[in-house]
Amino acid sequence: MAGILNFLVSFAIMAAIYAIFAMALNVHWGYTGLLNFGIAGFFAVGAYTSAMFTSKMPTGTLAKYVKMAFGFDLPFLCGVLAAGIAAGIIAVLIGLLTLRLSEGYLAIATLGIAESIRLVLNNEHWLANGPQGLIGLPKPLYGLVPPAYYNYIYLIIVVIFLAIIYFALERGIRSPWGRVLRAIREDEVMASADGKNIFLFKLQSLALGAVIMGIGGALYAHYSGAIQPAVFEPLFGTFIIWTMLTLGGTGNNKGAILGAFIVWALWSWSTFLILKFVPQGFQTRAPFIRYVIIGFLLAGIMVKRPKGLIGEERTVSRF
Amino acid sequence: MIELIIYGIILGSIIALGSIGLTLIWGITELFNCAHGDQITVGAYSALIFIALFTRLGIMQEPIGPFSFGWGILIAFIPAILVSMGLAILIDQLVYRPIRQARGHFITAFIASIGVAWALRGLIYIIWGADFHFYTTGLRPMIFLPMGIKFRTDEIFIVVVAWIAVAAVYIFMSKAKMGKALRALADNPGLARISGINTERMLVWAWGIAGLLIAVAGVLYGIETQLRPEMGWIFLLPLFAAVILGGKGSITGALAGGLVLGIAQQVSTAWLLPSYKPAVAFLIMILVLIFRPKGIFGTRQV
Repeated sequence: MAGILNFLVSFAIMAAIYAIFAMALNVHWGYTGLLNFGIAGFFAVGAYTSAMFTSKMPTGTLAKYVKMAFGFDLPFLCGVLAAGIAAGIIAVLIGLLTLRLSEGYLAIATLGIAESIRLVLNNEHWLANGPQGLIGLPKPLYGLVPPAYYNYIYLIIVVIFLAIIYFALERGIRSPWGRVLRAIREDEVMASADGKNIFLFKLQSLALGAVIMGIGGALYAHYSGAIQPAVFEPLFGTFIIWTMLTLGGTGNNKGAILGAFIVWALWSWSTFLILKFVPQGFQTRAPFIRYVIIGFLLAGIMVKRPKGLIGEERTVSRF
Repeated sequence: MIELIIYGIILGSIIALGSIGLTLIWGITELFNCAHGDQITVGAYSALIFIALFTRLGIMQEPIGPFSFGWGILIAFIPAILVSMGLAILIDQLVYRPIRQARGHFITAFIASIGVAWALRGLIYIIWGADFHFYTTGLRPMIFLPMGIKFRTDEIFIVVVAWIAVAAVYIFMSKAKMGKALRALADNPGLARISGINTERMLVWAWGIAGLLIAVAGVLYGIETQLRPEMGWIFLLPLFAAVILGGKGSITGALAGGLVLGIAQQVSTAWLLPSYKPAVAFLIMILVLIFRPKGIFGTRQV
């Protein structure tokens, strides 16, 4: 019983972190129509920034094996804040370069930038220890309860972040600012004829979504306690989040959260079932069934229900 | 440096061949097919089935002439091409056709193609596992030229086959009646339809041709390196760059773009770690997108 409960808690933590990413993608794709295929890049920047802001610089013999550009040993919240800011700065730089591109080109450019970020993290050992990555990242409020119950504390922390981000975004999309974003998505020329600075609004949207992705990356880093560049490959870092948002409902934050929980349940529970039921000799290959599931799901949604399970609300204004 | 340029031409020829199928589909259907790379992987692996069969039977193993491979590989091209063409047409009918008929946005099909890519890669992992595979395990003969330049004899074969395929597609698209119909479809689908062109049937042909090119590119890529499930996905990124460099739907553009990227990637290894090669391709692509969004090599449509 306790085992199942523990499994559910760790499931809920990851699903909630993914829900944060799905809502961030919703800012880009759902509200503004920006095709961001580089989520993994902002994810990685957030995770690494927070990891390095909160870790101690390695000393003694450890320094021979673990290389880091800096380590400030600051509290958890400073790390999260820094992660958001760093991802936001990167987003502004990327946006200045690429936001004038048309939709499809933007997708490929962001995919390329995310892959380049991962290559830099993988190859530049001095920066963040190369392919081995960083381990032993500090966990907030550790020691408050016995270690066996620590995940409950972390779940509460993640849910608080999720709630704050959800209500802030709901507020934002109902504001005049949010309505401009939706107008840009529907018809850029009309929005610009109304005197809106399209580029500036897109840049703000890209930065806002990236800040949230950075925060999500920080939450992931401190939950898993270890990060390597391999985590930020396109499937795990980008396309699983696209599947979540498009399944749940593009343009709807509730849909984003719902999609995150459904897809993560499919992903993590299929591992569980595979380990239980698939014969021993086939177990190294069986986890790739998840690729097929995610792939078919994404293609199937696009063919059958491009709007997702809960579509966008048509009116967001109260009057 | 001359050596790096020669390696660049070899790599560039394979990139060019891979990117022509991509640019054809992009020009004709407006779809930027993210599953293209994984379809290349499928092409390479389906040749492997037959090569493994020949090995089991112990026939057609003797290397031909100076090459490392026997007749088995050349014969395996045919079933690989058939599998790849069938797969391309099947995917179009099952996934992209319903989206077309629902008048979906081109981005809907774009995202769906990512799903197709993951599904194909998952199937390859399940069937063949994550290990590397090779077409031949024998020696790989080299050619030595003056000034310390050396390359494998197989690479001559790769470059020649790639260029023949590129030339054949180019002649087909500019001279054959079907090629002209496909170009008409790319230019103006509505006008093509009222001129009596059966657009759905033309699209079946377009995907068939793309499937053929994909299989040839996959097998050549398999001869040049080794087979692994991620090979096509990693290869996709330079293909995108070459296609964007060449301009939408342009065969000669894709050829030139492929060569530029191949040479740039190989020459960059003189200063950068080889693992940065994909990043070099992207940097070039982003610069082109910013300064010459229509591609640098003309904007002539297919």
